[in-house]
Amino acid sequence: MTTEPASATRVEVRKGAYRDSVALMRVTREVADVAGVDAALVAMATDLNLGILAEMGCAAPAGTGPDDLLIAVRAADGAALERALGAAESALAAMSRGGDGAAPADVPPRTLRTAARRAEAQGRPATLALVSVPGRYAAAEAFDALEAGLDVLVFSDNVPVEQEAALKRTAEELDLLVMGPDCGTAVVGGAGFGFANAVRPGPVGVVAASGTGAQQVMCLLDAAGLGVSHCLGVGGRDLSAAVGGASTRRALRLLDEDPATERIVLVSKPAAPRVAEEVRELAAGLATPVHTVLVGTGDSDISAAVAEVAAAAGAGGFRWPEWLPDSAPQRPPGALRGLFCGGTLAEEAAAVASRTLGPVRVGAGDGSGGGSAGGHLVTDFGDDAFTLDRPHPMIDPAARTERFAAELADPAAAAVLVDVVLGHGAHPDPAAGLVEALAHAGPQRPHVLVSLCGSAGDVQGRDDQAERLRRAGAEVYASNSAAARRAASLAAGAEPA
Amino acid sequence: MSRSRLLTDDPVVVASGARLLSEALEAQAVPVADTDFHPPMAAPGGGDTAGDLVRVLADPRRGAANAEAVRRVLGVRPQLVDVRPAGEALELRPGSFLHAGPPVDWEHASGPLRGALMGAMVFEGLADTPEDAEAALRRGGAELEPCHHRGAVGPMAGVVSPSMWVFELADADTGRRSWCSLNEGLGAVLRYGAYGPDVIERLRWMSRVLGPLLRDAVRAHGPVDIGAILAQMLQMGDEGHNRNRSGTLMLLRTLLPDLLAGGAPAGDVAAAADFIGGNDHFFLNLAMPAGKLMMDAARGIPGCTMVVAMARNGTEFGIQVSGCGDRWFTAPALTPEGLFLGSFGPEDANPDIGDSTITETCGIGGFAMAAAPAIVRFVGGDADFALRTTRSMYEITLAENPAFQLPILDFRGAPTGIDATRVVRTGILPQINTGMAGRVPGTGQVGAGLVTPPAECFTAALAALAAEAPTLPAAG
Repeated sequence: MTTEPASATRVEVRKGAYRDSVALMRVTREVADVAGVDAALVAMATDLNLGILAEMGCAAPAGTGPDDLLIAVRAADGAALERALGAAESALAAMSRGGDGAAPADVPPRTLRTAARRAEAQGRPATLALVSVPGRYAAAEAFDALEAGLDVLVFSDNVPVEQEAALKRTAEELDLLVMGPDCGTAVVGGAGFGFANAVRPGPVGVVAASGTGAQQVMCLLDAAGLGVSHCLGVGGRDLSAAVGGASTRRALRLLDEDPATERIVLVSKPAAPRVAEEVRELAAGLATPVHTVLVGTGDSDISAAVAEVAAAAGAGGFRWPEWLPDSAPQRPPGALRGLFCGGTLAEEAAAVASRTLGPVRVGAGDGSGGGSAGGHLVTDFGDDAFTLDRPHPMIDPAARTERFAAELADPAAAAVLVDVVLGHGAHPDPAAGLVEALAHAGPQRPHVLVSLCGSAGDVQGRDDQAERLRRAGAEVYASNSAAARRAASLAAGAEPA
Repeated sequence: MSRSRLLTDDPVVVASGARLLSEALEAQAVPVADTDFHPPMAAPGGGDTAGDLVRVLADPRRGAANAEAVRRVLGVRPQLVDVRPAGEALELRPGSFLHAGPPVDWEHASGPLRGALMGAMVFEGLADTPEDAEAALRRGGAELEPCHHRGAVGPMAGVVSPSMWVFELADADTGRRSWCSLNEGLGAVLRYGAYGPDVIERLRWMSRVLGPLLRDAVRAHGPVDIGAILAQMLQMGDEGHNRNRSGTLMLLRTLLPDLLAGGAPAGDVAAAADFIGGNDHFFLNLAMPAGKLMMDAARGIPGCTMVVAMARNGTEFGIQVSGCGDRWFTAPALTPEGLFLGSFGPEDANPDIGDSTITETCGIGGFAMAAAPAIVRFVGGDADFALRTTRSMYEITLAENPAFQLPILDFRGAPTGIDATRVVRTGILPQINTGMAGRVPGTGQVGAGLVTPPAECFTAALAALAAEAPTLPAAG
């Protein structure tokens, strides 16, 4: 602080003009920021401030006291001084001009706990938390939701298994359900989460790992006229020894308590023996009958299992929908090429086809697991290795479509089997790329079989998708295993059906 | 068995992550509220905060430990029970000095702490001049210890010497004690690092006249319920850190009859009343030890993630977390942003200093800014800023204090008990209202404003909590 005499100095005193000292500090700063101002003080004339005034080299008139407002400016010249006093005047005037005071200070909630609290305050308590942040952050979000008393659906993938186990242990203590991680689909209270088909409401509750296996089950139940009460996805590792099946057990109990659920379908991947035993015991003790559909094993056939459920529920006498073209290409036997978006659908197709063809390799879309030159190969474009830095092919099927076009031109391929998955979250017109590739293929192209996983109510229009594919020359099946059997028989050289 | 509404109610969803998924639900007429998700804070030096976070969140002790901490903090009933010399109350020997913040030595002490220590040496008669004091301190001629290590707190430099008088607070139920010096006022004062003759003379008057008067009045009155005054001042435009006007006046109102009835010379009583009433921050030194009593109640609970102290020594900011004992997690203190007195500017300001952040630690101060909208003028914000600030503090705290109600938020309890995991997870740092000391020893106060702790304090505390927590079950 300098005490050099300045060329233009003014000290004004306003008697009895009380202002808040903090607010005045702000005015002081605004005045001091005026060009040409060396020092400024706008403050109540307390002893402290009179001392600061003295340090500025100024003095207040005798009798100035703490109820008086001081305006002191030292500036380079008279013009700067006037500008500064003008600035002080307008800043002091602005102090008493407020907003309307009624603006709500709503910051978006940073956490699920806060979001849930606000939903409750609005008289609409949350029923479920949906977590789809990157996998390494997902468990922390899910813990927060559990502690807020909410069931959680973890859509995120790449959640470390030990974190999943810890999360589910906490959920079990709190009597809550964790769906997922990597819960790609769920239907709860009529709402589809993630990739979900618009299935009719009905008496069958589904507990599934939550991938396309669950979608296939729901679509086939819908096709059988049964309908779904809820579909709870538990994540692909829930029945492993590390995780211990907490979500499966909880989901089974929830459905057992649910009056709308008359029958439960448990879509199960191969389970750790101890966990499988616990689940079996629990299921046996429930009031609601439980049907178990095994997928991901050599003899998996979801369609057959759903048909059994339908029969048990008294919904017999139906056929899985299929849409067949008027003519088929003349194509000698050869390789089966499966190009899938859905992992469970790919696994099932390979398992079904291998019964006819012998070993069928399953590879990831990035080319790992072998190229397509020769041999029967089913490729999963939804594999983590392929989707790490790309959208899932159910959202953006471009890479799969490109490969489809290439397979149509491959003389070694006898039959190309693809899935088309409809529903919320999926591409708005997944058939389009396949139809276009078919239009550009020559008459000597391989057979094309489509496994169409969708319900009549899906936004993409299942029947429209099927019809366009059929007209382009593809055979379309609602049953994935039916499509795979047909593809295998064509590759093996059996008579066209 | 189930308290779940999952299958019984129409779906209402709260969502964190991809907007696409929420849109798909909205298209089905499902109400969705999205969070404004931020990834957790990164640890400097590349620690795995996301992994630490899950390990701490999965600690089976955490829920009960935090609930116990909240129960203890909210159960404290702070009362002013005595006013005594620090030498007697804190067993502080001549040549020993307490200071604010985590431990620091003379070599690393900032300007205001050095200035305050120099002034305290002169005040104690251990040096004739500030220059002599500085030379003695440089030679290691004094023992330095954090206030927090003695159950005390000190604003700004927080220097307490044996001859200074301190407020003694007690928890009505447990009898636990805490202490804080008497507030000297604003401007050129010891706690802001000033040590001129006026400063020393004022301190001498406080020990000779003010302290004994207050002691006699408090003893005559009986315990003064500081918690009740805090609760009232939050409804009168104070937040208990940078604004203590109504608290100061309520204290004066409470003690004045006993001050007058004590038979002391009228001139002394008048001077004391004038000094207290003329210092809007006088009550700060009672809000602080009240906060100290509250937060000490939560110390040392295994698995507990509550922050029990935030304090700065002018060089470093330090925090302590219940589950990590008395360990400090420190990082270089930030410099507040705000407004400056007279012709002082940002270049004159010392980094953040003082134990007064115990107020935010216990849920008032910056956390209760919604109670004190006048405070927002410090940052040129609007009244909405005060509301937003308090609302965002609920994101990082474990409890709402029913005793400290905020009228503008429909009497919602103040956000109380900072959860280290929530700070790291949300990236929201505690908001602190503070004064600013001059960088150069002897200057005094240069301004006031807002500041936050450095993020590293919290990532380091989280890593330590993670190290204490059981490992996650191994993948089988």
